[in-house]
Amino acid sequence: MSDNTRPIDRSQMQVSDEVAIDIRNMNKWYGSFHVLRDIDLTVHQGERIVIAGPSGSGKSTLIRCINRLEEHQSGHIVVDGIELTNDIKNIDKVRSEVGMVFQHFNLFPHLTVMENCTLAPIWVRKVPRRQAEETAMRFLEKVKIPEQAHKYPGQLSGGQQQRVAIARSLCMQPRIMLFDEPTSALDPEMIKEVLDTMIELAEEGMTMLCVTHEMGFAQAVANRVIFMDQGQIVEQNEPKEFFNNPKSERTKLFLSQILGH
Amino acid sequence: MSDTHAQTVPFVRDTMLPPAEPPIREAGAVRWLRENLFSGPVNTVLTILGILIVWFLVSHFWDWFAHSIWNAGSLSECRQIIAETWGEGARGACWAVIRERWNQYVYGFYPPELYWRPTMAFGLLFVALAPVLFSEAAQIRRIVLGLAALMTLWLMVMLDAPALWLAFAAVVFLGALLVSERHPAWLLVFSILYPLMGVWFLWGGSAWGPIMVLVGPVLGWIAWRVMHPFSSLAAIVAALVIPVLWWIGYAGEAARDAESIVSFSIPAVTSDRFGGFLLSVTIGVSGIALSLPLGIVLALARRSDMFLVKSLAVIFIEFIRGVPLIALLFVASLLLNYFLPPGTNFDIILRVIIMVTLFAAAYMAEVIRGGLAALPKGQYEAADALGLDYWKAQRLIVLPQALKISIPGIVSTFIGMFKDTTLVTFVGLYDPLKSMSDAVRASTSWKGIYWEPYIFVGFIFFLICFGMSRYSMYLERRLARDHR
Repeated sequence: MSDNTRPIDRSQMQVSDEVAIDIRNMNKWYGSFHVLRDIDLTVHQGERIVIAGPSGSGKSTLIRCINRLEEHQSGHIVVDGIELTNDIKNIDKVRSEVGMVFQHFNLFPHLTVMENCTLAPIWVRKVPRRQAEETAMRFLEKVKIPEQAHKYPGQLSGGQQQRVAIARSLCMQPRIMLFDEPTSALDPEMIKEVLDTMIELAEEGMTMLCVTHEMGFAQAVANRVIFMDQGQIVEQNEPKEFFNNPKSERTKLFLSQILGH
Repeated sequence: MSDTHAQTVPFVRDTMLPPAEPPIREAGAVRWLRENLFSGPVNTVLTILGILIVWFLVSHFWDWFAHSIWNAGSLSECRQIIAETWGEGARGACWAVIRERWNQYVYGFYPPELYWRPTMAFGLLFVALAPVLFSEAAQIRRIVLGLAALMTLWLMVMLDAPALWLAFAAVVFLGALLVSERHPAWLLVFSILYPLMGVWFLWGGSAWGPIMVLVGPVLGWIAWRVMHPFSSLAAIVAALVIPVLWWIGYAGEAARDAESIVSFSIPAVTSDRFGGFLLSVTIGVSGIALSLPLGIVLALARRSDMFLVKSLAVIFIEFIRGVPLIALLFVASLLLNYFLPPGTNFDIILRVIIMVTLFAAAYMAEVIRGGLAALPKGQYEAADALGLDYWKAQRLIVLPQALKISIPGIVSTFIGMFKDTTLVTFVGLYDPLKSMSDAVRASTSWKGIYWEPYIFVGFIFFLICFGMSRYSMYLERRLARDHR
């Protein structure tokens, strides 16, 4: 857990009434194992949600359902007004509106940082190369590594790679960003640089869903914390209440375990 | 802190240590010998044993090599010279057979006055390969193209090529060298046209044949453009079906008509005149160029989620891999005649190329599948999450990495296939190793010569295969992206 000494600018962090993600009665099974049970979740444009919970509780699976990396078997998921079904066109449309950052970065090792960032804009959005490179440079500056643009991912540190991964997602100009444990694979010294980038994004009003164990981050930027266990949403609340006054026994136990020392 | 540290004096480092040189130990040849050859009693014994074996082999063959004869008209003349020079009973190699019959080993029974045609085709192959093999390394590309140009033009002059074609080759080489400086990718146009051009140079005949073949894809493209606004599926089907219909139904007739109006042809050479390395290289290069794309498609099909596609790929791969290549070649030479409508003249070399390609593609598919399986799942997920569709993800993310991983296996398959081209001897074609050597021995002057032709042919095969192997190592180094 890292402390965030940086003051947070909450002026931009307005939540609108517009619904970004609407999940209703969603269920998912892996074979006969019921991973996600009756999930109901509405996310508004501009909301920043942190999803916490013990491992195996289905938090990653939940956010991977939102861009259809995982398929749900019943219920509805509507992202930006588009319902996720087997229709490949809809899936591709949703995926180009939703950015995702992975635990293990998943950068393309055979491409330079710049090529990683411009690939999807050029091939999916049909942006001219020159323009895509300008955009990529802008986002690389934003994540503070413009000087690494022509290196390969293998030459960068973990923290730098994760910031490239964030820039790569941003280059598609997504309306929603999903973070799947973005700091779990990083050395402690590198966690802060990635969190700072995420905080900056939050300040600009990006809709964010983060699966993370960084409770400092949750307290600083989230306007809702969701606690999951055994494939269900057990508790959700605004961060202050969630941390200071947890309602369910399961949440109390979890918090005592991760904040206990 | 545990008790063991209780007595540690508090310590703060005030100066950081600079990096130091590693200790200089004894170096040089003596050290190398001791470490690598005589490090212990077992190693010493093995070293001495190894030296003895090498000595035994070399001493056995040395006088045979040392007594090489390059100038003689027949084997008996060779033996006579050896006996006169080194005394009765001396052994010696008679390389004169290579000097005398090299043209048969290289060109088979190709008409000697047309030797320049396959030579030019082979030289231009390097222009066609340049954008594929040496796209990024400008220096290497210049050297390869320059050497190919000099060698080809010199050989064409030596082989009395007509001035017109000499000028053509010179213009192509010069154009390639100049164009590749500014736009290396433009050479791909030549690479795409090369197969038809190469076939025309080798087999000759009317130029309208290859031109009419080329019309097929053009018609397909027009059909695609016309149909695309209405339905993309219909456009794809039309783009695939119309060229095939054109080739089967009209291309031949159109070529004959065009030839009767404007004649544009060079002397035709039939497939039974092909032989030696000309035949091996023709089959080998075609097989390599065709089996890689087919192998990729098969590998992707085998990993597909679609049951039918996957099953067909599995059946094809397992069937082809389970059958000896010779069996497939027999099918090509004998059985196909029963299935094809009577009177169709389906060229034997073309049939062999198809079978060799299918055979190599089945192995290739498994090699590439290994590369695909080695990619972390995260790469597929990242491509999906960015909204890339299946084909774009395969082309831009998955295949570049999977093929890179598979380079050693792919090149092994190429090398194996190239050597397997000697098996065409079983369907009556003149491969350089067996049939051509038999043909040489059929003359009274070279009756009974075995070692020299086999060593010569083996050496040429080794050079080509070793070249491929070195190229693959160069490619692996160039594509290395992990700086660990």
